[in-house]
Amino acid sequence: MSRYPESMQASIKEVEATRLSRAQEEIPMLSLKERQELLHEWHPDYREGGRREIKVGVNQGKRVPHELADLFEGVSVVHSERVDLDRVKHNVDVLVIGGGGGGASAALFAAELGAKTLITTKLRFGDSNTIMAEGGIQAAVGAFDSPALHYLDTMGGGGFENLPHLVHALVRDAPMILEWLARLGVMFDRRDNGDLLASFAGGQCRRRVHSAADYTGMEIMRVLRDEGYSRGIEIMEFCPAVELVLDDKGRCAGAIFANLDTKEQFVIRSKIVILATGGIGRLHIQGFPTTNHYGATADGLVIANRAGAEIIFMDAIQFHPTGTAYPEQLLGLLVSEAFRGWSAQLVNGQGNRYINELETRDITSSATIREVTGRKKGVTTPTGMQGVWLDTPLVEINKGKGTIHRIFPHLFHRFYTYGIDITKEPVLVYPTQHYQNGGILIDEYGETTVENLFAAGEVSGGVHGRNRLGGNSLLDIFVFGRRAGIRAAERAKVIKNGALTMDHVVQYEKELERSGVLKKDIKSPLLLPDYRYEKALTKVHQ
Amino acid sequence: MEDPAVKFINIYVFGRKYEVPEGLTIQKAMEFVGYHFIRSCGCRGGICGACLTEYRTPKSYQLKVALACQALAEPEMQITQSPFVPMHRAHYGLEELRGQTGILEKIYPEIYRCLQCNTCTRVCPMEIQVMDCMAQAIQGNVEKVATLSFQCIMCGACASKCPAEISQPNVALLARRIYGRHILSLPESLYQRIKDIEQGRYNHVLERLTQISIEEVMKIYTLREQEPQESETWVPKDPDFPENIFLKREDI
Repeated sequence: MSRYPESMQASIKEVEATRLSRAQEEIPMLSLKERQELLHEWHPDYREGGRREIKVGVNQGKRVPHELADLFEGVSVVHSERVDLDRVKHNVDVLVIGGGGGGASAALFAAELGAKTLITTKLRFGDSNTIMAEGGIQAAVGAFDSPALHYLDTMGGGGFENLPHLVHALVRDAPMILEWLARLGVMFDRRDNGDLLASFAGGQCRRRVHSAADYTGMEIMRVLRDEGYSRGIEIMEFCPAVELVLDDKGRCAGAIFANLDTKEQFVIRSKIVILATGGIGRLHIQGFPTTNHYGATADGLVIANRAGAEIIFMDAIQFHPTGTAYPEQLLGLLVSEAFRGWSAQLVNGQGNRYINELETRDITSSATIREVTGRKKGVTTPTGMQGVWLDTPLVEINKGKGTIHRIFPHLFHRFYTYGIDITKEPVLVYPTQHYQNGGILIDEYGETTVENLFAAGEVSGGVHGRNRLGGNSLLDIFVFGRRAGIRAAERAKVIKNGALTMDHVVQYEKELERSGVLKKDIKSPLLLPDYRYEKALTKVHQ
Repeated sequence: MEDPAVKFINIYVFGRKYEVPEGLTIQKAMEFVGYHFIRSCGCRGGICGACLTEYRTPKSYQLKVALACQALAEPEMQITQSPFVPMHRAHYGLEELRGQTGILEKIYPEIYRCLQCNTCTRVCPMEIQVMDCMAQAIQGNVEKVATLSFQCIMCGACASKCPAEISQPNVALLARRIYGRHILSLPESLYQRIKDIEQGRYNHVLERLTQISIEEVMKIYTLREQEPQESETWVPKDPDFPENIFLKREDI
């Protein structure tokens, strides 16, 4: 039934020919020195010309990708002289901006402590990268695992640059978060004996990823959304935040919103703001396709930067090793790392492996880029895309017939729609932009360097260092969502904000102009990517 | 775009005719003609349920349902989209539902109105046996509803077409939550691990790991023992690693 074109079939034959002998082949893990060399030579983060310095503001001097710097240097979509800060539409204790996993958990914990809580979101409640997480969530609960091993793995994955106190919080809270989610009714995978099923992700010395098939993020999100509705938390959809508002003492005290339907801009005042706006994938850094949600346009970073919040590691972008490279309609979409955790191998066009599949994502992606662009051993599709094979049929051979249907029903269905049976044929993959490793600097309670402004989830940074491990993102959003929600609700009881101001937005723009970098033709935050007309034909995004 | 090899086809978006290149998904075809989506667009990967689309193609009486980000635009296709489907959703406290029998029918009594017409199954873009799910719900088989419906992306296609006015996605969601919370159990070892953490068992090692130099962390990192792929009977040589590193040093 194969729908692979004949030009690719020859390579598949070579993959099949080496399959059984490869299955037992051991490729040792790289040493720390070898890792550094590979990254410096092949990882897109180290490419010359991909980033530039921020010229003004609190983050002056830090290097970020051009695509983000352009938005930082753009003109605010808010006409500050037209917004009346005295006309406040809503007044709440805790304002949560973003309706993914980080925002939902922050709101649930804040509301539980009695805070008047409002979730605002650009698209629908739940529209987020959370919902697209396939592999699972890390928590050290195995008999021979421990939070200390989880700590070490996470630090190693991040290039040992992660902020230690944040990693401490992450690994300490992980088992409790897993239990919290299960108590809300998340159907985590079980073994036959009833124990929680755990699998490997790259860079882990123990199997520690807990899944709900390859729908983990979606399963969690639909449960959290339901719980939010049942608790009566107020949710405002299709209203992205377009600027933060400070008070006269420089503390965060609310935000300006835009109703995407009516275009109305309005003010919400709050004692605490929790930013949970997610990532950056739809900026297509260096022209890469992305696994990200339509709404992942760095809005939170842009408005927090203007409000004076420090960022960290925003020059470190994660390229997931296994984005789809064929068929083109699925270009860039995630093929779960769990496949490699379940023994699928990465194989070049000649049927040979080139890296241990359980290396961290930055290493594995670099090795694939080297294999394809450096060694020219990739596979080329009829439209000129290149990739390597993820040999999925090995999962059925090693782990038993039916394993793919049981563990990867979503991915099976997705490829089957295009005539590819991944139990019998490999999948063509290439690195795809997946995650912003850095973000807004937070402390262990999720607070940013701007008082009363918290951040949770992908928009925040520090815990993952320069490269996040698989399974640590679903964990991060709930650990810091919970911590931020609790801290926010407690503080909301005892504080009183002063008069509102948007002066920081005006001042930032003036500074950009003085420095000669103001981009008058760019409006930011971006809010939605523009894929209209000929852009719909580019191969960059699906 | 100028490439003469590219074949163009006609599609009808909300009744208006457009020419688009062949081979695009419905979503990208609409973007090609100038749609800048606010609604009907989400993950673009077939998992969020935002882009529910109904269409007809020539020579067929059938009204079909698809996700715009997954299905390809076809010649002469007539397209409409349903970015939002109103659904009945009850409020409940999950904790209070423990051990109750017949809970699905109590909370969603309308499941008894099912006519067994099977329209819900026919329109499901995830190919879920939706009608069987509702039959199991009527029988009170929470586990069966939960497992049969697991791939539900809650797009609402079934609910929008149901002549009995059932909101199947919410019935199934309730069943899954009851199953996940009250029927599946968590291993004792998880509770023990949480208790250990709360009682401070890992405080010392974690504090030391955050205090020592990065060079020392790197050194300890390289000493980790790798659990193998096949590890049913595997036991690490040093089960107390890395806690014991710090104990030894302090003992000295």
